[in-house]
Amino acid sequence: MMHAKRKQRLLQSDAAVSVLVVLLGFLCGTILIALVGKNPLNMYKALLQSVSGYNVDNGKMNVRYIGETLNYSVPFILCGLSMAFANRVGLFNIGGEGQYIMGMTMAQTIALLGPAIPYFHWMLAILGAVVVGAFWGGIVGILKAKYEVSEVVSTIMLNYIALYLSRIICLQLPGATTYKTANFPETALIGNSFFQKITNNSMLNNGIFMMIIAVLLYWFIMEKTSLGYGMRATGFNKEAARASGIPVVKSIALSMAISGAFAGLAGGIVALGSFKYGRVLSGMDNYGFEGIAVALVGNSTALGTMLAGFLFGMLKNAQALMQSKQIPKEITFIIQGLIVIFIALRSALKLYQEYMDKRSLQKEVGVK
Amino acid sequence: MSMILGMFPSILMIVAPILITAIGGMICEKSGVVNIALEGLMAIGACTAASAHVLMESAGVPHQISIVLALVSGAFAGGAFSLIHAVAAINLNADQTISGTGINLLASGATIFASQILFSADRTREFRMGMQTDFMGIYPTAYIAIAVVILSWFMLYKLPFGMHLRACGEHPSAAESVGVNVKRMRYFAVLSSGVLAGLAGGCVVLTQTIQYTSNTINGRGFIALAAVSFGRWKPLGVLGAAFLFGAAQAFAIIANNIPALRVLPTEVFNILPYVTTLVALVLFSGKNYAPRAAGKPYEKGAS
Repeated sequence: MMHAKRKQRLLQSDAAVSVLVVLLGFLCGTILIALVGKNPLNMYKALLQSVSGYNVDNGKMNVRYIGETLNYSVPFILCGLSMAFANRVGLFNIGGEGQYIMGMTMAQTIALLGPAIPYFHWMLAILGAVVVGAFWGGIVGILKAKYEVSEVVSTIMLNYIALYLSRIICLQLPGATTYKTANFPETALIGNSFFQKITNNSMLNNGIFMMIIAVLLYWFIMEKTSLGYGMRATGFNKEAARASGIPVVKSIALSMAISGAFAGLAGGIVALGSFKYGRVLSGMDNYGFEGIAVALVGNSTALGTMLAGFLFGMLKNAQALMQSKQIPKEITFIIQGLIVIFIALRSALKLYQEYMDKRSLQKEVGVK
Repeated sequence: MSMILGMFPSILMIVAPILITAIGGMICEKSGVVNIALEGLMAIGACTAASAHVLMESAGVPHQISIVLALVSGAFAGGAFSLIHAVAAINLNADQTISGTGINLLASGATIFASQILFSADRTREFRMGMQTDFMGIYPTAYIAIAVVILSWFMLYKLPFGMHLRACGEHPSAAESVGVNVKRMRYFAVLSSGVLAGLAGGCVVLTQTIQYTSNTINGRGFIALAAVSFGRWKPLGVLGAAFLFGAAQAFAIIANNIPALRVLPTEVFNILPYVTTLVALVLFSGKNYAPRAAGKPYEKGAS
């Protein structure tokens, strides 16, 4: 009886379910690799190397991998926060990708055309990225709140509009070829020479500080302010929130704007931190899409999203290592996809719970 | 005028797969299940069809038979993957947007993973010859698409079966109360959207390119999804919407040959279908044309 109780409680804890779901995803991935005749151990070796820098095969250590994993995690975490923020209001923001692209485009534009004043330059570029991301998300919020346009459809449309708009803008930037622009001036970059020194020249940059601030901000807004309270209330029950005087329309529009701001920041950081030149995108970076999975695994909490973001950063950094060990790197996408599908299936747990409750009730009544 | 006529076959080539997928998405939403996995299902279909065709081609299977079998296998694979969505959405009351997103992610990995295993590359091997056009320069996919539209219209609006299916999307408990099996209806709808998306994926790869890459589908499934809402969940409306999107895409390619339009970047035309959809959604807002129960899990006996 005690055991059953504990099991029940464990299944009701969101964090435990997330861990379970991730483990299941990896289990399926492992089986799949074994099925196609490769050695699953190589996948785990790659993952270990990506997260600790330790190469099991030759016993060498390279801290650069740690830096790269952290650096890859930053946009995942920020896009995860973007999705999570909207999620708390009961919205499904598939538009993280578009908001990310717009942020990236703005940062690149300011980096190439803005005033080359030390510190001020990159701050302006990052601010621009945040603002334009918020704008791009805000459109969705207004369309949803005022015109009842489904955010799922409108965000998908805005993703593609952002992609092509970004191409139009970036092709006009100085030194633009079909895939890149001129190099950014030094003042626009957010590199960190200390990080580069201790991580053996990884791309790790000041973006990680911005990410940490964003996570704290997310936690603060959600848990400590009346704004966050109103948003969460709207997410739980729109009608009840409206009845208790929470401005639902404003709440939706504002939360989509804040949601977009996180993704825009991610775009700005990637543009100025991981590249020395502006990119003319030919396809999407997919940080925005995978941010959906990050938020789902992290249960839309600040800490959970951060941990899930690290997991995804680790997977992304391990891709090249896997490929060099004859494991198709796409296994990481498969694992991510499976994780999201399993999260969708967690509703089955509720059905199971109801079924068990019903049965135990029947048993009790039957005995008496 | 002659130029527009000249454009016609390529418009049809682009419209056909979008239309086939959109009709599938429409049937699915009519039954009350939202399927945003269309993009991923098209990718699965395209990858399967391309692989099947390449393998049969090198095995010496006659061209016509190989094409037909490739399309069938694409449709079959799409249907098989849509089963995940069906089980999640219908049996387990899962959030349909999340499960659809999961399938999209899974498909982008699974297709390239399969190519890595089968062809040791991040794309399928090129086939020598894709589908052939008829004497008017039109690909058979256009006729398939028209057949799909007519069949779906006939099924949804002329058969009792279709009425039952639509009832499941409007008011499932009412449908259940008069003896309609809501779950079975929704299974049929989700599976047909999977089969049609898979078939459409095969159509894309066999008419517009020579191999499957991660860029082959490139948002066509999402456009189809938009076409469903833009077409107001009606076969004719969806036909019109798909045509508009296809024409805009074809125009982007053709605009390159028109001096007056060459001053504009091609991306301007690429954006058109998406902007049009957004504007249309705003203009038609206020009156909701969507099936009332779309996206909501149906629990027997609840409410």
